[in-house]
Amino acid sequence: MSHPSASAHETGTAHQDDHDATHADHGSLRGYLTGFVLAAILTIIPFWLVLGHVIASPQATIVIVLGLAALQIVVHMIFFLHLDTRSENGWNMLAFIFTVVLVVIVLGASVWVMYNENANMMPMSPQYMQHKQGA
Amino acid sequence: MPDRPAIWNFLLGRLSLSSLPLDNTIVVWTFVAVALGGAAVVGAITYHRQWGYLWNEWFTSVDHKKLGVMYMVLATVMLFRGFADAMLMRSQQAIAFGSNLGYLPPHHYDQIFTAHGAIMIFFVAMAYIAGFMNFVMPLQIGARDVAFPFLNNFSFWLTVAGVVLFMASLFIGDFSHAGWLGMPPVSELRQSPGPGVDYYIWGLQLSGLGTLLTGINFVVTVIKMRAPGMTLMKMPMFTWTTLCTSGLIVVTFPILTATLFLLSLDRYIGTHFFTNGFGGNVMMYVNLIWVWGHPEVYILILPMFGLYSEIVATFSSKRLFGYSSMVYATASIMLLSYLVWLHHFFTMGSGADVNSFFALTTMMISIPTGVKIFNWLFTMYRGRVRFTVPMLWTMGFLFTFTIGGMTGVMLAVAPADFLLHNSLFLVAHFHNVIIGGVVFGVFAGINYWFPKAFGFRLDEFWGKLSFWFWQIGFWVAFGPLYVLGLMGVTRRLSHFTDPSLQIWFIVAAFGAFLILLGILSFVMQIVVSIRRRDELAVGNDPWGGRTLEWSTSSPPPPYNFAFIPRVHERDAWTDMKKHGYQRPLEGFNAIHMPKNTAAGMLLAGLGTVFGFAMVWYIWWLAVLSFVALLAAAITHTFNYDRDGHLDAEEVARFEHTGNWAPKAQGTTA
Repeated sequence: MSHPSASAHETGTAHQDDHDATHADHGSLRGYLTGFVLAAILTIIPFWLVLGHVIASPQATIVIVLGLAALQIVVHMIFFLHLDTRSENGWNMLAFIFTVVLVVIVLGASVWVMYNENANMMPMSPQYMQHKQGA
Repeated sequence: MPDRPAIWNFLLGRLSLSSLPLDNTIVVWTFVAVALGGAAVVGAITYHRQWGYLWNEWFTSVDHKKLGVMYMVLATVMLFRGFADAMLMRSQQAIAFGSNLGYLPPHHYDQIFTAHGAIMIFFVAMAYIAGFMNFVMPLQIGARDVAFPFLNNFSFWLTVAGVVLFMASLFIGDFSHAGWLGMPPVSELRQSPGPGVDYYIWGLQLSGLGTLLTGINFVVTVIKMRAPGMTLMKMPMFTWTTLCTSGLIVVTFPILTATLFLLSLDRYIGTHFFTNGFGGNVMMYVNLIWVWGHPEVYILILPMFGLYSEIVATFSSKRLFGYSSMVYATASIMLLSYLVWLHHFFTMGSGADVNSFFALTTMMISIPTGVKIFNWLFTMYRGRVRFTVPMLWTMGFLFTFTIGGMTGVMLAVAPADFLLHNSLFLVAHFHNVIIGGVVFGVFAGINYWFPKAFGFRLDEFWGKLSFWFWQIGFWVAFGPLYVLGLMGVTRRLSHFTDPSLQIWFIVAAFGAFLILLGILSFVMQIVVSIRRRDELAVGNDPWGGRTLEWSTSSPPPPYNFAFIPRVHERDAWTDMKKHGYQRPLEGFNAIHMPKNTAAGMLLAGLGTVFGFAMVWYIWWLAVLSFVALLAAAITHTFNYDRDGHLDAEEVARFEHTGNWAPKAQGTTA
């Protein structure tokens, strides 16, 4: 049994100064500016698409806006939250992937489930009833 | 609002003398008994001048071991409460046939089954697993405490805050009658105008926040604070399951919080998320609550799987069979637990394709569980099995849980579920896995780690008695429910018309009585063991343990390890013993320790006041306590006087107590 090793493990209390190399870096001015410009562009485009009625089909607009929103999340993650594969020995990335998988499962499957529940179980509207009778 | 001068309505909200259930004799007598018992306890503590000891050594402690023990005590007290509810239900169902309406009116009966379910899950099972993870995990990874000791204390008191609100509902107002998940539309304001559902919501919001903070704390602890050399694949199995359970807690409890928050918006400001009309969708609540609810049952069972792994390996005197398959099984259960929630509402009408998908994922989850069962059996195979009390509970678990798992696969078949849904078969199934898995594990774990926590073993005779009463009582109590469920009897009924069913309910009530004897034997076991503590005293390693918690004294010193161990092998303590490890007896250093704090109690106390004020619509008090809560939390962040040092002489004193070997009992400090 060796003598007290590894001061980093000495106690359970948080050290104010434990800033070892594995921590995420806090970014640079250039990084923040890049992130800001990208985020601004990704915000302006959807506003422009909606306010300017650029695309005729509302469905297509919705899909594009949602896609840009997803891109926006990635920009925030990389430039503002400094997510990369190295910080905290990769635990940050692992936690992020785990979260993304679960969010996709929960949201995707909930939409799928609720779509079916609504179609099968919810009271039908008068218009729908007429449509069914007409068919 | 009651009819009285406006100033009273302002001061007391909807609280009035008529809120006290004075017309209900059972509740009144319960209150008398609780008041007398409480007065006796308070009197005894005052008489023996123990308030200072309790305050300094326990309530304000940030030591994970003491918090673990407090969780266990809290859970045991709530087990008595939840079990009393169970006895009420079993006796009501045994007599309420035909013209006999029993002694519990439906409104009271509905509150009892709601309280039984919610208390048993949130304040018994969850509190027990929080207790085990708190006490054991930091010791197993060779750490001196958890990553955030104050947060740990705060989490505990938030759990207590939830308990206080649940228990207050017994005597002030009433409790929810909407089932343990508070299903709308019954839990909506129109159907439940009283304070019951609000007690339920705020109790769970407070304790749910505590659980979430615990989860974050333990994930960080396992990832950041393992002893040098302990790579992920050298972690003890219980630590692995703690990590996976904590990860599940972090990702699922926010769903519970959000869902209950939406329900409270419906009830407080008139939104229509889950109402019947105005665009509300009741099915969305069912979907959301089970997105949380299914991972929740794996949150309960995973730590128990870890606990059984430790016990099986120790008492078979062998390495755990198939360690890496156990790790991967745990991880895949963790992910799969997210893909099965719809099996709780196959009958709601999602259609064949959705139901088939979730039926298949549900059956798939039995594969990693089966892997675990075989690993435990193969660990025992050709091992030197010692039939101690923890081992008996583990073998009882293997038998009982496997049968419960098989009835679960029956329920996973969606067409079969259309017949079994909402029946007593389902009730029997989930008691079979929760009692057979979690409760048996709790008793196995208490018997296994009690010597570590207190320095003496628990009495074997009463322990075995308790085990046999539980094991037999369980089957006598729940076997009949399987039969009744197959005959089509639905759950949550307070009265039956068909007299031919009565015999089954009488048998079930007798089974509950046997379980009562099991619980009483457990109480006797504790009492007898405390009285015989000198002859039952043990050293640091009474069972021939394999993991690091057995390398330190019983009870462990406040800092756990004078020198942080260096880990080379999977069963680190077995490896150290094999290489002739000698404990250093001198050359100690001062150890950096966190200080006790009353901030956790204060914050949780303010949270309790806030919850109570919201339940009774006492708006001024709600605002005041919420502002005070924020102020106290911010003030606490400016408290820099949070740590100190235990100097080397004090460490040396701890290292030379009789807690290391029972022979040296006379020299104990």
